[in-house]
Amino acid sequence: MNKPKIAFFDFTSCEGCQLTVIDSLQTHPELLDMIDIVEFREAMSEKSDSYDVAFIEGSCTRVGDEARLIDIRERAGLVIALGACAHLGGVNAIRNNQNLDMVREYVYGDKKEWFDTYEPRAISKVIEVDGVIPGCPIDGAEFLRVVKGLFQGRILSPPDYPVCMECKLNGTVCLYQRGQVCLGPIIRAGCNAICTTYGNSCIGCRGLIPAANIDSMRVVLAEHGVDEAEIDSKMTLFLTNELAELEQEQGR
Amino acid sequence: MSKRKDLNINIHHITRVEGHGDIVVDVVNGELKQCELQVTETPRFFEAMLLKRPFTESALITSRICGICAVGHATTSLRATESALGIAPSPQTKRLRRLNMLGEILDSHILHAYMLVAPDLLNVGSVFPLAKTAPDVVLRALRMKKVAGDICRVVSGRHTHPIAMTVGGFTHLPTTDELYTLRESLESILPDVTATVELFQSLSLPEFERDTEYMALRRDDGVYGFIGGDIVSTDENGRWPVEQYLSVTNEIVLPHTSAKNCSNQRDSYMVGALSRFKLNADLLHPQAAAAATALGLTQDCINPYMNTVAQVVEIAHCIIEGMALIDELLKRGISFEEPIAPTRLSGEGVGACEVPRGMLFHHYAIEDGKVALADCIIPTNQNVANVEADMRALVPTLLELPQPEIAHRLEMLVRAYDPCISCSTHMLNVKFE
Repeated sequence: MNKPKIAFFDFTSCEGCQLTVIDSLQTHPELLDMIDIVEFREAMSEKSDSYDVAFIEGSCTRVGDEARLIDIRERAGLVIALGACAHLGGVNAIRNNQNLDMVREYVYGDKKEWFDTYEPRAISKVIEVDGVIPGCPIDGAEFLRVVKGLFQGRILSPPDYPVCMECKLNGTVCLYQRGQVCLGPIIRAGCNAICTTYGNSCIGCRGLIPAANIDSMRVVLAEHGVDEAEIDSKMTLFLTNELAELEQEQGR
Repeated sequence: MSKRKDLNINIHHITRVEGHGDIVVDVVNGELKQCELQVTETPRFFEAMLLKRPFTESALITSRICGICAVGHATTSLRATESALGIAPSPQTKRLRRLNMLGEILDSHILHAYMLVAPDLLNVGSVFPLAKTAPDVVLRALRMKKVAGDICRVVSGRHTHPIAMTVGGFTHLPTTDELYTLRESLESILPDVTATVELFQSLSLPEFERDTEYMALRRDDGVYGFIGGDIVSTDENGRWPVEQYLSVTNEIVLPHTSAKNCSNQRDSYMVGALSRFKLNADLLHPQAAAAATALGLTQDCINPYMNTVAQVVEIAHCIIEGMALIDELLKRGISFEEPIAPTRLSGEGVGACEVPRGMLFHHYAIEDGKVALADCIIPTNQNVANVEADMRALVPTLLELPQPEIAHRLEMLVRAYDPCISCSTHMLNVKFE
């Protein structure tokens, strides 16, 4: 059997998901014997013309990125979005709540015209995507599950239950019981609730569960003393694009 | 072979570096017309993204600037916020942050030396074929890298992106058992440090020398520091408090690169492991100093390719220092501490750290708990002008070589700086009123 050709690509991101990939492959060297990594700019010099699976990290943040995404799509059998930036737009999408001109001027001053940019978006807004590994960064164990799933001819979907389920399974005391707040009730699990395990709240990097009750979440946060502006901040750290789409769908 | 008169090199997306950069060199009739390191990474606008958001989010957001220096960005960000809001972190918090930083420096240096640079010196395109031809080398790198990752996992949940580090302290503390295990793992890779030094002794780096200004942070408490201190330079009159970072970095925006360029007392300066070594070598652990001697690295070194060797010396230092730090934590015992609350909700502060690639500055003004001004100056920006100056000096000496070899040498030069290009593209036009 020919080994499947796997490639990794990056757009606007911190490349931390690819580092997580390197780390998880390190602990599972047997996988390296089963796949043929043909392109991985961060780790190797070689390049390739076609791939069975393309993992794409990073969000699309300028018109120029679109052609490169389409080119990868044409060369790839399957395209999998790797991490929150590719999946949702990631933290990059925070600036979609701001005035684009102000953002450009704040960073590049009167030279802002030199640097092309538009509203950061998920790669699925530009090309068809076959699968998603959510998270900021991705969870290494989930990446390995997805790769192993590919060998069985299936694309694993991330869980559609909330992070709270994993807190319960881990026996973690609810942050709300400890005087803190958390987005866990509306956020997709699959990270093994790592943030709450380390005493910090879920910040929403894996995106919303299906039919998330946003209004109710806002009420709960307000009841726990979070003011309106701070609720907005929490809701826009990773969820800006998803919430904007929800509002559009609901015709608000 | 006669010297070539014309040369045109355009390396699109340099490989085995973090982020997107191009090298463009144009020689016409023996004259160097163009010589640029173009950062083509998309602009990222992080500073603008922090504006009007709660100060508690700054470290969470800025750690997302870079997957490799996530702990460095978080630590620097927390220091800037704490300085702005009058928070003095506890000695235990400081020790844990230092330990976490050692983990990150180790992780990044091992990645760079073994996986990004060594393939050049062993004539392969990546670390993957080495798994077959030199499995002991790869397994050693993996073993060491795992321990580095374990440090960050024990202290802050993970390396990319740290979870338990927060304004004023930690949301989760390591157990005594975890620290003992970590101490044992560090001890178990001591032979790997020796083997790493031997490996880099046996590899030969290109000979190239060019003097420049070297800058790094230096602490006055005798610690080869990665957190805090003063800005120091190899040039005369070179010591500034970190609050004066703007007067030494002098950022300018150039059309060919989304990374701003920096200069201080000369046209350019260098930051990173080589600069740290040159300015702090007397503070190294004796075993790390011995490694430097064995590797032929001296404080008068002006060969930028030796940056990787300085990283190897720091690998030795971080492992030994890490063990000492854990011993101290264990001796004192981990005490449960709530993160310290701010004493005020408005203020201005600068945080500075030595991250793997050099000095990193975060500067915030906070008003009523919300960020009102943000500026981050990243090591790779500070190095870009110096890389280009090196290329301008290097290219004329290479013209007798075949073009692919010249391109390869230039790519190796850029790689020696260990550029972190996705970091470098979020800088700000600071307005000081």
